[in-house]
Amino acid sequence: MDIKPSEKMVCRAAKELHDGDVVFVGIGMPNVACNLARYTHAPNLFMIYESGAVGTRPDRLPVSIGDPALVTDSASICSVADIFQNYLQRGNIAVGFLGGAQIDRFGNLNSTVIGSDYDKPKVRLPGSGGACEIAIHSKKILIVMKMSPKSFVDRCDFITSPGRRFFQEKRGPSFGAGPEKIITDLGVLGFDAEDEMILEEIYEGVKVEDVQAACGWKLKIAPQLKTLPAPSKKEIDLLRNQLDPQGLYI
Amino acid sequence: MNKVVSMKEAIGESLRDGDSLVIEGFTHLICFAAAHEIIRQQKKNLTLARLTPDLVYDQIIEAGLCKKLIFSWAGNPGVGSLHALRRRVEAKYLEGGAEKLDLEEYSHYGMVSRLLAGSSGLPFWPLKSYLGTHIPQENDTIKHIVCPYTGEKMATVPALNPDLCIMHVQRADKRGNAQVWGLLGTQKESAFASKKVIIVAEEIVSEETIRRDPNRTVIPEFKVDHVVHEPWGCHPSYAQGYYDRDNDFYIKWDEISRDPKTYADFLGEFVHGCKNHSEYMKKMGKGLMDKLKAEDQFCEGVNYGY
Repeated sequence: MDIKPSEKMVCRAAKELHDGDVVFVGIGMPNVACNLARYTHAPNLFMIYESGAVGTRPDRLPVSIGDPALVTDSASICSVADIFQNYLQRGNIAVGFLGGAQIDRFGNLNSTVIGSDYDKPKVRLPGSGGACEIAIHSKKILIVMKMSPKSFVDRCDFITSPGRRFFQEKRGPSFGAGPEKIITDLGVLGFDAEDEMILEEIYEGVKVEDVQAACGWKLKIAPQLKTLPAPSKKEIDLLRNQLDPQGLYI
Repeated sequence: MNKVVSMKEAIGESLRDGDSLVIEGFTHLICFAAAHEIIRQQKKNLTLARLTPDLVYDQIIEAGLCKKLIFSWAGNPGVGSLHALRRRVEAKYLEGGAEKLDLEEYSHYGMVSRLLAGSSGLPFWPLKSYLGTHIPQENDTIKHIVCPYTGEKMATVPALNPDLCIMHVQRADKRGNAQVWGLLGTQKESAFASKKVIIVAEEIVSEETIRRDPNRTVIPEFKVDHVVHEPWGCHPSYAQGYYDRDNDFYIKWDEISRDPKTYADFLGEFVHGCKNHSEYMKKMGKGLMDKLKAEDQFCEGVNYGY
């Protein structure tokens, strides 16, 4: 069976979620990963969207974080102010998902501008949205991003959401621990004692050189590098036939 | 008191050149009908505030009517970019002579906090955000204070009090008592923060209908200046229980808006070429309305007796 990189990413991301986790979901691969977890090992996953949909049970794949299908059959609907204050800032989110156009070795993320001049950017990206607060307040952050030297950069042009080092000084009830895992199309990266990214797992058939070639800095490699097994037939069936049958995100 | 007027009258009377404006709605209940009327009436030099400028503000930007944008996430949700906005801020367009659009950028919680302060009569709002990011470097209205109780450093943003708030709702009475369900966005905060409020409703219902379910009223009549009856007024956005989001339109929009020529054609045909929103919906077609019309899912009522 030919398995797409995005399918591997979604299956691996789902394994980071535990039954009962309160998770702040974004659109795209994180949304599919959460639903995969809910249909397999985490039936009580509690999904929250920044639009104000809390405890969602959508009967179709939502294509925006404010999709009406997230409202129908949800546990609660609240204002956007409540989401950022009662849920995020108060420290009620266990897991947050993020991505971006650029990431550096400490997990700083850029989703604002490409180019060094903010006032005259090469590319104008959407900006923070809730990313900055999701990064600061979720207990842990999972980053789902495809690897390339353009996106895994030595230095971000702009920091939209703070990386791992920021959280060393910021322990407290409303601050999380920052990025924990970066789930990519080639493997999974964690962080070492210096809060620098370290390659921990690679997919079957991927070589360490492939990962290094897709990274803009000299990547640290874990001494016990694990090889990730391919997704199961059950997982692939669920993804292709039920969770994203049109292949919108995978 | 009957405050019901046409969209043309409401915009004509309540919005002046140079005003600051918030058109409410977070994905849900974004009033495109109002934006189109603003474009038809060519209201100029507007300061537009919204968390997500969305297509609704991108169209006003393309029409050349926006001088400043206050925002926190400028994309086509689930699809990609806002092309009119990019053509007014990116280096290659500015070097080609495009007039720079003034941006004031926050995160979502920063925008929410500005409206919370504005709606609460406070000069600013504190938030535990922005530390470790570059956002405050590019926006000097974001400042920091030390908490007088804990000594903790935190960010502050100033109150936002727009001249006008346009808020789309599912139903309202003629006096302006307005009810919303489904996603609430920052509607309450925006309406209480603003100096004037226009309510645009899918349905005008009796005062008795409103008073039978007072928990659902987000804005009371005394805060409302005008009420406009505009069914389908949010298309391509949506109204829960009335019609679905037109996701195909949002996807198609990427192509339409990428090229200034096709963008101008769209505004020509569907905005300037329509007298009002019902003409716009007629052009969109009955087939589309049939496709987007919501399936019913009613809830059980609650007992308000005592």
